Amino acid sequence: MTVTQQVITIAVCALGTMATRFVPFLVFGERPVPRYVTYLGKALPSATFAMLVVYCLRNVTFLSGTHGAPELIACAVTAVLHVWKRNMFLSIVGGAACYMLLIRLVF
Amino acid sequence: MDLGRSTRSQVLRALRVAFPYTVPILAGFEFLGITYGIYMHTEGFSFVYPMLMALVIFGGSLEFVVVDMLLSPFAPVSALLVALAVQARHLFYGLAMLDRYKGTGWMKPYLIFGMCDETFSIVYSTEVPEGVDRRWFMFWITLLNQFYWVSGATIGGLAGSLITFDTEGISFVMTALFVVIFVDQLLKEKVHWSAVIGGAASVACLALFGADGFTIPAMVCMVAALTLSRPRLEPQLLVDEDPDKVEVTPQ
Repeated sequence: MTVTQQVITIAVCALGTMATRFVPFLVFGERPVPRYVTYLGKALPSATFAMLVVYCLRNVTFLSGTHGAPELIACAVTAVLHVWKRNMFLSIVGGAACYMLLIRLVF
Repeated sequence: MDLGRSTRSQVLRALRVAFPYTVPILAGFEFLGITYGIYMHTEGFSFVYPMLMALVIFGGSLEFVVVDMLLSPFAPVSALLVALAVQARHLFYGLAMLDRYKGTGWMKPYLIFGMCDETFSIVYSTEVPEGVDRRWFMFWITLLNQFYWVSGATIGGLAGSLITFDTEGISFVMTALFVVIFVDQLLKEKVHWSAVIGGAASVACLALFGADGFTIPAMVCMVAALTLSRPRLEPQLLVDEDPDKVEVTPQ
């Protein structure tokens, strides 16, 4: 690839990303938002956060190797810590530390 | 709203309040950003590439894919399609933020530009404390997160081969962040139907379509299931809200 072609490739990817971020605002920004869209805006975040957790784990091989055990255990530790102490920082550090220990010492 | 009225102390106070929320992302983005910079460095690119890509694309998973594109024959149309597919989930973030980004004046284009997964999750789920300027709070979260990513990518591109300490697994902070935000959401809401739909659709589509192509089918399933359950779910979502926010519009 020439430098120009590289610049175009990067620009096109930036444009694609921006499209996905700006489109809802460009479509509904200045007009009253239809009730259906307001409903989706309220209902989707819970589903989206669930999808983001799955997205983070998408490359884990559940059918072979460690069967995703370190990831699933560390996720459970993170969730339990959070329900227990409700301290975002503690839950994240605790969960990540648990994961790093598991992949070194256990699996 | 007149942004000119925000005093210097309001702006700084918003920064002080916002910073602690970004600390997990500081750890995650520096690590992932450095990894990404090292990756581009080992593929023979100057540090200018990861730095500029972090700045203008600002979407971690896509940026890794773009490295492959840059090493393959020129194919701009397919690059655009891949970018749209990888980033499609951002459409949902925009729908959820339509209201909150209203009245943010000159900040608005940047808030939307910088709305990555992590920034959306924090800005959406955080109750801004009393007396803190919400617009500046959102602005600082967005800017700090992008700064962490761009600086990490640049450091990785510059000093890539010098960094050798054992950091394997540190990127799990990102997974843990989303687990925490998901749990928070579950604790906050009264009905979990949407969370169940999101989890089930994502797991099923991941099994069917694989890691690289599951988000769009999962999003389609989520919208379809939520549309079908709208008659039952919508009244419950309104009850879920802060009582003084509920608009009673008998239609």
